[in-house]
Amino acid sequence: MSSRRSSRNSRQSGGSRITNISDDQITDLVSKLQQLLPEIRNRRSDKVSASKVLQETCNYIKNLHREVDDLSDRLSQLLATTDMDTDQAAIIRSLLM
Amino acid sequence: MNSRSLLLSPNPNSLKSRFTEGLLRALLRINQHHHQQPRSSREIRKRHRLIKTAAYGSMASAVGNRKAWSRALLSKIRNQARSGAVLRRSLGSSTRLLSMKKRICHLQKGNSKKNRVEVGGSGQVDKLRRLVPGGQLMDTCSLLEETAHYMKCLTTQVQVMTRIVEIYNIP
Repeated sequence: MSSRRSSRNSRQSGGSRITNISDDQITDLVSKLQQLLPEIRNRRSDKVSASKVLQETCNYIKNLHREVDDLSDRLSQLLATTDMDTDQAAIIRSLLM
Repeated sequence: MNSRSLLLSPNPNSLKSRFTEGLLRALLRINQHHHQQPRSSREIRKRHRLIKTAAYGSMASAVGNRKAWSRALLSKIRNQARSGAVLRRSLGSSTRLLSMKKRICHLQKGNSKKNRVEVGGSGQVDKLRRLVPGGQLMDTCSLLEETAHYMKCLTTQVQVMTRIVEIYNIP
């Protein structure tokens, strides 16, 4: 609650929002992101800087976007060639879930 | 045993299941409407765009309104569909009107970015804002939380799509 109050104050004073949010919260959230990143997670060192985590996060999300784009491309080619029917959808459902 | 792994006991209400269900239904619909072989590159691009939108849209629908990023993504898709349909109906496809359509879309995109650029953030945070849907409207704390959830959902999305592609590759 207090963090929300402090960020509201900073908005009124017109200063940068980041400096008024508690550093602990940022550290917590950054370490949570760190756990999710596949490369950094394996090193398990606390010395990874926040900016490195953010950088890796941006790269990871960009890679995921690129993969979705590539997979959509392949799916569109596959859909054009195969005749997808409801049976096939049922097979996929059973295999995936 | 806590069944964290969905492979052992598939939960029909899990995010992954709901996303898969939605995506498969969308793919069926796209295939029914665009059944003939896409000839022109324009049709191929359109089909590619439809599938990509279906993927992001199904994931955002599966998450629902619980997260800011999914709400932002859903409203963006709805606006795109709405403006695309209105423009197609009223403008037709002459070249002069096509360039006007491009200018309108460009203006819309420009407005949403201009009002929300934050001063005082590090370059990394701004880059992250552009990558996460709805990121321009969030404060830094929420942005980091939304990013974590968004990353998890994107990873699931890629997993499921990869699996679908693998299954279709079997002749």
